[in-house]
Amino acid sequence: MRVLVAMSGGVDSSVAAAVAAEQFGRDRVVGATLKLWGGAADSGCCSVADVEDARRVADQLGLVHHVFNFSDEFEERVVGPYVEGHADGRTPNPCIECNRHLKFDRLLDRARTLGFDAVATGHHARRRTTAEGRFRLCRGVDPEKDQSYVLAMLGQDQLARTLFPIGEMTKAEVREEAGRLGLRTAAKPDSQDVCFIRSDEGRAGFLGSRLPLHAGRMVDQGSGEDLGPVGAVELVTVGQRRGMGHGRDGRRRFVTRVDVPARRVWLGSPEDALAADVRLHTVAWVDDVPAGGGDHSGDPTGGGWRAVAQCSAHGRPVDSTVHPEGGGLLVRFSTPQRRIAPGQTVALYEPGRPDVVIGSGIAG
Amino acid sequence: MASEAVEAMVPFLADRFGNPAGSHQESRRARRAVDDAREQIAALLGADFSEVVFTSGGTEADNLAVTGGWEAAFTGRDSPPALVCAAMEHHAVLHTCRALAERTGAECREVPTAKDGIVDLDALAEACTPEVGLVSVMTVNNEIGTVQPVEAVARVVRDRSPSALFHTDAVQAVVWTDVGAQTAPADLVAVSAHKFGGPQGIGALVVRHGVPIRPLIHGGGQERDRRSGTPNVAGIVAMAAALTVAHAARPETVARVAGLRDRLGDGLLASVTGITETAAREHKVAGHLHLRFAGLDQEALVILLDQAGVSVSAGAACASGAVEPSHVLVSMGLRPEEAAGGVRFSLGPTTSVAEIDHALAVVPVAVAQLRD
Repeated sequence: MRVLVAMSGGVDSSVAAAVAAEQFGRDRVVGATLKLWGGAADSGCCSVADVEDARRVADQLGLVHHVFNFSDEFEERVVGPYVEGHADGRTPNPCIECNRHLKFDRLLDRARTLGFDAVATGHHARRRTTAEGRFRLCRGVDPEKDQSYVLAMLGQDQLARTLFPIGEMTKAEVREEAGRLGLRTAAKPDSQDVCFIRSDEGRAGFLGSRLPLHAGRMVDQGSGEDLGPVGAVELVTVGQRRGMGHGRDGRRRFVTRVDVPARRVWLGSPEDALAADVRLHTVAWVDDVPAGGGDHSGDPTGGGWRAVAQCSAHGRPVDSTVHPEGGGLLVRFSTPQRRIAPGQTVALYEPGRPDVVIGSGIAG
Repeated sequence: MASEAVEAMVPFLADRFGNPAGSHQESRRARRAVDDAREQIAALLGADFSEVVFTSGGTEADNLAVTGGWEAAFTGRDSPPALVCAAMEHHAVLHTCRALAERTGAECREVPTAKDGIVDLDALAEACTPEVGLVSVMTVNNEIGTVQPVEAVARVVRDRSPSALFHTDAVQAVVWTDVGAQTAPADLVAVSAHKFGGPQGIGALVVRHGVPIRPLIHGGGQERDRRSGTPNVAGIVAMAAALTVAHAARPETVARVAGLRDRLGDGLLASVTGITETAAREHKVAGHLHLRFAGLDQEALVILLDQAGVSVSAGAACASGAVEPSHVLVSMGLRPEEAAGGVRFSLGPTTSVAEIDHALAVVPVAVAQLRD
């Protein structure tokens, strides 16, 4: 078994590389860092420092290390759509699109081309193999750090060639192992933000450099009353509360709809901000498409099947029923949820085994 | 490194550590060694003793030529003079020109490359207007190996931009051509020792008599006030030894390596489909073979060949170590997908028949694996 480990320069993938090297042997494991961003000159950006961390960890583990330049694909598949999404009043999740198109497509292809049997990553998730030889995607053991949500678009082809060496470890155990091995990344802080947005410019600065931003008006969704100006409608997200002030009744107001062409942001009460359901497109299943004939028990509407939905990276799972609808899905929540911004991903888990991912889709 | 170069430098690393600027015995010995080396290097580069300025390598020599030459050319003018460089220049020149333009507001004109890998002389003539302050066109391109018409370039510059300085980056030329003769028409000539069997970290800029230049590095006024700093005595001595060896061996090296290059190029063109050779061999130095593999991912090919024991390179390496698209191929008007399959095979004086035959055996296998 020859394994290519995707090393970002962080502690998780450093330890993933160490675990893989231990398991398969140093001469059968190679590290690779993806150069996704940094522009042509590649200067003044943190990515060189991260590549250095990855390379030095690989050196320390006795692994060959390469850098793959996927910046064109990253621009085309992740950054461009992220910008276009905001121009349309949507809020795409760039980490999920990067996993979908870069790590678990382009990198898997590259690994296969170079003669590797699998790609290992430092995600907190687990891959299980069933008795029939099918692959299951499961939550990582550390509930705080579980990343199954951002992997919920993976299918059998990808899982067959993917390993998650640290999925059985908690974050504390990962850091402890990194410390025990003396890896330079042992105490490196977790990355929090979108990797291509600098903290000094923020989302507004980044989008402002790529898009014309338009001032707009806030409008009460019930009365149609004009509630004042908003700086840039492209920067407002459905469900957002921050900066939206309070209503006449003194309660907080939430964004319920963003209409970029009309330069309008619709606001409502906390109740208005809730939704009973969400429609999904770009649906992906971990295994064969559930045949609509799943578990119907407890579904008063009939026709659908039960699932547990998670609507953000660390959102609380909610019991739901899922109804195929055209090429997409209608997910009905058992209790109303904060409105899901268009572009966000909803991950679906098995109702009886809530750590097993069924699939995912993108809110329309 | 050439063994002669190693032998020449070791005494200056081990115990002869005098500073040539001092007035002690050790200093005099070091000074004598630097002067002897300067004399040898000057003779082999077709320059005069006092025209040779030692630098930390080719990149510094290019920076000194472009920035120092341009700043001197600016003196006495009202507005910043324009810069002209070939679009195929090494980044040491290209990025220096761009940085200078950005910092000063000077115009930087980048001259495209013709399909044959030679700087487009018509476009050069168009770019060379009277207000140009500095022109830089390399002697041999580092990526595709084409020898540039330095003489013809010089004629264009003198004719159309009479007040401009003409710099040529000859870093890639030394092993393969008679650099002295070839660069004679240039005002400024950059070389780097590690490209001809010397150590890394030492190079030189030839600054012709009467050519004004502003130093980049200020200090004790060494190198006739053109490059301050204690000289790298061991490096300078080793550079002279390496240049002497390379010069003496050149006719034999060129003939032998050209034979190996042709064996590799002809063999691969015959055994692998979908290959295009970049620029005709008669325009190129002996140690260069540049092939474009249609539809192939150069980054994957480089890694696959590395695993098979064949070192090739593609595009340019950036700070992170990733492969960046080749600005040289783009300057020839190739589409990005054509440039994406470009790989450079570099041969040197030590390349053996066995290495060529190994490459002939493994490249078709790697290409087949990638196209599978």
